[in-house]
Amino acid sequence: MIYRRMFGVPTWNVRSPFGELELMRQQVDNFLSRVSEGGMPSLHAGVFPSINLTEDKDHYYIRAELPGISSEELDIQATVNNLSISGERQIATEKDNVRYHRKEREAGKFSRAISLPGDIDPDGVSASLNNGILKVSVPKAEKAKPKQITIN
Amino acid sequence: MTKAEAKELKVREKQEVPTDTEQTRPGPVYTPDVDIFESETDITLLADMPGVTTEHMTIDLCDDVLTVTGETETDGEASEEPIVMEYGVGKYYRQFTLSEVIDQAKITAELKDGVLRLVLPKVQKATPRKITVSTG
Repeated sequence: MIYRRMFGVPTWNVRSPFGELELMRQQVDNFLSRVSEGGMPSLHAGVFPSINLTEDKDHYYIRAELPGISSEELDIQATVNNLSISGERQIATEKDNVRYHRKEREAGKFSRAISLPGDIDPDGVSASLNNGILKVSVPKAEKAKPKQITIN
Repeated sequence: MTKAEAKELKVREKQEVPTDTEQTRPGPVYTPDVDIFESETDITLLADMPGVTTEHMTIDLCDDVLTVTGETETDGEASEEPIVMEYGVGKYYRQFTLSEVIDQAKITAELKDGVLRLVLPKVQKATPRKITVSTG
């Protein structure tokens, strides 16, 4: 049983024994309405690395933040409508006699497959890694490109 | 870390920091992940700041407060339409209070693959002076 505490003093609300339940119901309602309105910060696949996917007329662009990873440690493979990025982030061990104050950066393996909304040309995929940001340019397959239709 | 003990990396949401002062250029501000370690002679700080170039990195040490700021350029051309946006792009900002006295002239900073490596050498300890109290 949870008692709401106000100013550190436990309060038993005798007059409405279901007050607590009512409050919980309101909180759940609030939460659900926030979710349905799309108020959540981002829809996440939950797989490392996080990506931003954009498109223009001829290309898809995939960007990912991969600080401290060199291009040799990355493996990018493309099929007709799929792209996979995998690799391993290594953090070099420092000298032995150091004392850590903080250790927030993580090392480890990762692998992510991204299915693209349309067909792509796997031969034309190019990637660059600059300042820890990976950018993959994926050309759309000829048949997936929008066609301008002239009206006679 | 050896290959055998390498674990799977998990997604961690970038931490947005609430700033006490309003910015002239609006946009999100994120906390970079850092490693800080200390040896006999110096304190080293490693910070993940992807997308920050050397000219947009500001490191400031004033009254034992170290401030690291990195501006990122919004990536992507105007012609690109977003499809899936899983991470935000913005500034990086983090402040630390240093307990050691730092030799400001010998600070070195290096930026490689979006990782800042900042070496803050400690001031050589002054030789303890012995004060004799004379009676009289």
